[in-house]
Amino acid sequence: MAGPDTIRGWGFVAPALLWTLAFFVVPFGVMAAMSLATLEGRELVWGFSFDNYARLFGQSYLLRAIMVSLEITLTVTVVSILLAYPLAWIIAYRVPERWQRLALLLAILPFWTSYVVRSYAWLLVLSREGVINQTLLAIGVISEPLTLASTRFATVTGFVHFFVMLLTLTIYANLVQLPPNYRRAAVDLGASSWQAFRHVILPLTLPGIMTGAFLTFVLCIGDYITPQILGGNNELTGPQIIMVQLGRGANFPLAAAMSIVLMGLVTLAYLGASRWLRIDRL
Amino acid sequence: MRRSIPWIYMALAYGFIFLPVITLVLFSFQDGRLPVPPFNGPTLEWYADVLGDERLMSALLNSLLVGAGSAAVSCALGFLAAYGLARHILPGSALLRGLLIAPMTVSYLIIGLGLLIVFNNYGPGPSLYAAAVGHVVINLPLAFAIIYASMGAQQENAERAARDLGASEWRVLALVTIPMLAPSILAAFFLCLTLSWDEFIIAFLMTRFDVTLPVEIWSLLRSGLSPRTNAIGSLVFLVSVALVIGLELFIFGRKRR
Repeated sequence: MAGPDTIRGWGFVAPALLWTLAFFVVPFGVMAAMSLATLEGRELVWGFSFDNYARLFGQSYLLRAIMVSLEITLTVTVVSILLAYPLAWIIAYRVPERWQRLALLLAILPFWTSYVVRSYAWLLVLSREGVINQTLLAIGVISEPLTLASTRFATVTGFVHFFVMLLTLTIYANLVQLPPNYRRAAVDLGASSWQAFRHVILPLTLPGIMTGAFLTFVLCIGDYITPQILGGNNELTGPQIIMVQLGRGANFPLAAAMSIVLMGLVTLAYLGASRWLRIDRL
Repeated sequence: MRRSIPWIYMALAYGFIFLPVITLVLFSFQDGRLPVPPFNGPTLEWYADVLGDERLMSALLNSLLVGAGSAAVSCALGFLAAYGLARHILPGSALLRGLLIAPMTVSYLIIGLGLLIVFNNYGPGPSLYAAAVGHVVINLPLAFAIIYASMGAQQENAERAARDLGASEWRVLALVTIPMLAPSILAAFFLCLTLSWDEFIIAFLMTRFDVTLPVEIWSLLRSGLSPRTNAIGSLVFLVSVALVIGLELFIFGRKRR
């Protein structure tokens, strides 16, 4: 059955396949197995125990971290869509065509600041001596500096900044693919521009929105840097718990279990959004 | 009045998007110890300081090496896999494609944690090579997807013509397929390079003494706000923007002309 063509085909695919198996599938399997292991003192005991998961859902600070991650991620996803959609709309329909590419390029330029540096830059803006507090003090709106950094507000702001850029890109790409006739036809048939948007444009751009929202969810729920730099240690997210367990806590099984739980949440989000997702077309 | 609402919104959105970047770059020229208002006038002191810092410069070099190396491996493996799947009939090819793309949907932290466990227990432990291996894991799906998407019928015809004229499979690959796909292979290479250059968590978990630039910047952050961090951050931004503009001009720009 396997002709020479098929065998040669396997030869081409083999290096990438072996790499993915060796450095992605196997490590993932080992990690999943480790989430079922336990620690006795400092000794790792492989086994089949759900103790780590019981701890995650039983101990309030661990469960709290999962909830915090979920709350932040959902807030960020919703706020980012609400802010990015109008921007993508304006670039696609209000900006003259020859300037659209430039407008888009500008809108996502800060995307390319290094990830660590971007959070640091927000710290410059939000800290007690930062740009916002100094400006508000100078014009006399406030008399005491506000606590903006080391709060959930700061974490959400840092995330939203990043994902507004990402979503503007995916929603814009979706909007410009729509033939303008659809909207014209709706208006000709008597729809108000709101109705045309609500019943024609919005459903057609749902795939772009959902693809962007899913990407936002995946990247946001697994991120360590932004909550660590901007949120501080007042409330910990899942990834922060993982990093604590890898460092001071030295509890790899618990970190592995937390990772599996975060992946479970991503899978749920995927199932929820899969109807609209076009991952293969990215 | 109503007509101006979109433009006001756009101005506010751009303001929000650029606020941190402008703050970062402006206060990298701060003449003083704190990168916050008031701005005391321009100095290049911090850039001189950063460019003279041996640790930062070696981290920068490490980042470039890890980025270029992992991008090259990702593109080579991605290209071969794309060629194999696009030009040969393989059983279960949809499943294979799914498996190759799968790392894209998993958090970097989780990929890094899995690799860390394996490298610590069964492998050579953390190093720059280990970080590069991790970066190939996250970049291979992208390189594969980009190159696979650009394999079209016109290359297939040219390949068939070359084969009919007696070229061996390797000659077809080297003289027909790769030159025809060069723009998308280059695009994939630069995208991988940019992502690796920027990646923190895997590099942080997988390196120990020699580190990449984002990891070195991370350790700078422990000492709080400093114009030095602004200066190195601005430099990194400059390099990334140069990469993106190069990508836009030389690869995507050429296609349209």
